[in-house]
Amino acid sequence: MSKRSNWSIPYVVFLVFFVVLPLVLVMVYAFQDSQGHFTLGNLAKFFTDKDALSTFAVSIEVALENTALCILLGYPAAWILANKQYNKSAVTIVLFIMPMWINALMRTLATAQLFTMLGITLGKGTLLFGMVYDYLPFMIYPIYNVLAKMDKSYAEAAVDLGATPWTAFWKVTVPLSMPGVMSGILMVFMPTVSTFAISEFLTNNKIKLFGTIIQENINSSMWNYGAALAFVMLIIIGITTLFDKDKEQLEGGLI
Amino acid sequence: MKKFFAKLYIWILLVVLYAPLVFIAIFSFTESKVLGSWEGFSTHLYQNLLTGQMQGNASLLAAVKNTVLIALVAAAVSTLLGTVAAIGIHNMKGRAKKAVTFLNNIPMINPDIITGVSLFLLFVFLHFSQGYLTVILAHITFCTPYVVLSVMPKLQQMNPNIYEAALDLGATPQVALRKVLVPQLKPGMVSGFILAFTMSLDDFAVTFFTRGTIGLDTLSTYIYTDARKGGLTPELRPLMTLIFLVVLILLVIINIRQDRLSKLKENR
Repeated sequence: MSKRSNWSIPYVVFLVFFVVLPLVLVMVYAFQDSQGHFTLGNLAKFFTDKDALSTFAVSIEVALENTALCILLGYPAAWILANKQYNKSAVTIVLFIMPMWINALMRTLATAQLFTMLGITLGKGTLLFGMVYDYLPFMIYPIYNVLAKMDKSYAEAAVDLGATPWTAFWKVTVPLSMPGVMSGILMVFMPTVSTFAISEFLTNNKIKLFGTIIQENINSSMWNYGAALAFVMLIIIGITTLFDKDKEQLEGGLI
Repeated sequence: MKKFFAKLYIWILLVVLYAPLVFIAIFSFTESKVLGSWEGFSTHLYQNLLTGQMQGNASLLAAVKNTVLIALVAAAVSTLLGTVAAIGIHNMKGRAKKAVTFLNNIPMINPDIITGVSLFLLFVFLHFSQGYLTVILAHITFCTPYVVLSVMPKLQQMNPNIYEAALDLGATPQVALRKVLVPQLKPGMVSGFILAFTMSLDDFAVTFFTRGTIGLDTLSTYIYTDARKGGLTPELRPLMTLIFLVVLILLVIINIRQDRLSKLKENR
């Protein structure tokens, strides 16, 4: 059996080549000028570029608001779906996941068109609505998974010991469901910062998110500056994953 | 009363969630160029789509073909690579196991755009010309971790003695693998394959950065370019409606089958 561990070697080689090396290259390109000399110029350019900085701030703001809205709307939904008293069939859960099978860009375009037809001007409001619309299932699903697997007797015990159902919910159920909320946040927050097509469609290009300026730079062959922007994003990812100290919990929540 | 509000809340969310899809479906039955203006009932767009007679838009069908082909190949390779890797990781110990698990987590934590840009830089750096192969490799990169995560729990649930017993009873390791290990891992492999297939189908950003300049389009990149040019190809509406129906029917069939299976088990 011991030799079995060698079976991971092909995948490790693959990961080093297609995951680690590309990330190293992002860093290398970020600290190089177009001639290939070392420079801090790309990062300096970002930190002195007012437009890029304000885009960055807007992206973080939109992502925070989107994540908060997804938790506020998604948690009750996940709780109801996981509660046998209210929902007996698995079909309802499938219904929440099914829209994800339809191309996200097409759904976003249809949402934008629906707004235009209803006479709502495309802007910050429609952007947030569309974002919540696209990412809500990613918040509901992990929370639902954790809640459905949770041992109900903990909350029942709290009630037996004199807690009101409300206290039992806040002191027992919510803390126990945090792994699900955490993986929901991971699946909503960073993707929101980095989307480009969705924000373009939902605001008619009025509001740019961070992903859009990365894409614009890469596509106009400004690879080094684009890589520097991607590097900034990598650092934020590093910071957000630090909050999630327990990796095993993340895995439990995802599938 | 509580139950009523709980149900109401779920239904309101579902209605909002499905509104754009219903919107597309309704306007797939009119001929207008723009989504949202009604020009009388017609099934013309469906005819155009099914006969492939679209004015200058034959590339839509090519994009659909590419999308499915890429997803099938990427999902198949990911399932193979991920299952073998999961068996390996399961038999590893200590630091090495932690390190590989950490590496496996990176593509899942990275947003699409980082995966796309970093792979783009890799292919540029290696002077590797971009096209089908690079898109498929990129899709395998972000799909395989999900296969590993789907297969791992099955390995943990499995009784290792069964495999040992097969060897003791004279099976060669190959036979034991085929007859004992694989059947037990199959549910995990299937859900991994489905997960990988859907992720590949829905991907936009990674494809966008790794498809190169040979004019390779998947459905996502086709829609993106189309929308940026202004005006979507009207035939996209019936296409989306049909995809939606196929998914709906598939899910209904799966659910009915699962229902029957669980009833059979109860009756036994």
